Amino acid sequence: MGGLPAGKVEPTEHDYAAWERRVDALSMLMGRKGVTVDERRKNIEMLPPEAYDKMSYYERWVVSLAQALIQRGIITTAEIARKMSDVEQRG
Amino acid sequence: MSDRGKYQPLSYFQLMEVTLRELLVEKGVLTEEQVAAEVQAMRDRTPERGARVVAHAWTHPEYKERLLENGTKACEELGLEIPALKLVVVENMPEVHNVIVCTLCSCYPRVLLGIPPDWYKSRSYRSRMVREPRKVLAEFGLEIPEKTTIRVHDSTADMRYMVLPMRPPGTEGWSEERLAALVSRNAMIGVAVAQRPATG
Amino acid sequence: MWSSVVEVKYKVGEKVKVMKAYPLGHVRTPFYIRGHVGTIERLCGSFPNPEELAQMRDGLPAQPLYRVRFRQKDVWPDYRGGAADVLEVEIFQHWLEKA
Repeated sequence: MGGLPAGKVEPTEHDYAAWERRVDALSMLMGRKGVTVDERRKNIEMLPPEAYDKMSYYERWVVSLAQALIQRGIITTAEIARKMSDVEQRG
Repeated sequence: MSDRGKYQPLSYFQLMEVTLRELLVEKGVLTEEQVAAEVQAMRDRTPERGARVVAHAWTHPEYKERLLENGTKACEELGLEIPALKLVVVENMPEVHNVIVCTLCSCYPRVLLGIPPDWYKSRSYRSRMVREPRKVLAEFGLEIPEKTTIRVHDSTADMRYMVLPMRPPGTEGWSEERLAALVSRNAMIGVAVAQRPATG
Repeated sequence: MWSSVVEVKYKVGEKVKVMKAYPLGHVRTPFYIRGHVGTIERLCGSFPNPEELAQMRDGLPAQPLYRVRFRQKDVWPDYRGGAADVLEVEIFQHWLEKA
């Protein structure tokens, strides 16, 4: 996106939340197991444009990591669905 | 390791993180301890590490040459743990100012300096820094004179970049520790310069 | 280091042109630089092709990666900064041709 018109740079920083740091950690660890940053970047690039803008940085990265794990057959979509529902109900 | 303590239901994405982590642990791919250790390792990677490299380069001209030649080897010389980092260090001079950006995503020397700030990953920084660096730097409060050449480095592939800021005047004879305290993360990205010593 | 590597074609200081191509898939050559002419600033080394790595392939043979220096006023028609201002970008050899 270099060179495209854009607004003022807001020098914002936030102290990253625990879940965000864990997304970062999971990505690094899986990277060492062969899930490349290139695959994850490709998945980010494949997000629909509206989604890209609506999602925060780590929201995009957790989705792209999930996609990469599915693409590699490490986890299945069904497993994710089941587990997400379990976690949500667990409270 | 839940975020429940904040009395808010988990968002879809937070749920996703817990889900991925628990599945990977169940499948024996990772352990919770490894995740915790990695989170801590990343927390320990702070810009102070880069500032130490800068201060050492300022006080050791031969080290500086080695740093500019091969950033990775030079950091390793100081005992810094920088797994897989391919570092290029670019030197600010009176007639040249360097600044780093990653237009394609958010490449940054994370294992040396830690997690990059939000603004570095923003659309505006990434689109505008390659095209109108002086204007963006001015928004950061840094005015670069017309006669100074600006080198913008777009971190597009395997290399990662750090700016070696100029040593501020009035710091002759200072210890490396004192010098390092003048070097901010923003100075190593190139949107700031090293602090001058407080006068008086 | 890699089991197979493509031969290095360009030398420091040589003028090169970035190909004007728009393939699908993940590419690390920014849109804004395609078609432009610059000079080789240094050879960074050879690395697996990220376009292939993105598709879960091994990206070999490793491709030479260069830092290429462009004059800002050549890249942006409306550039309003110093005439000597430059933009330095890492580009893989398979995206470059002799200028």
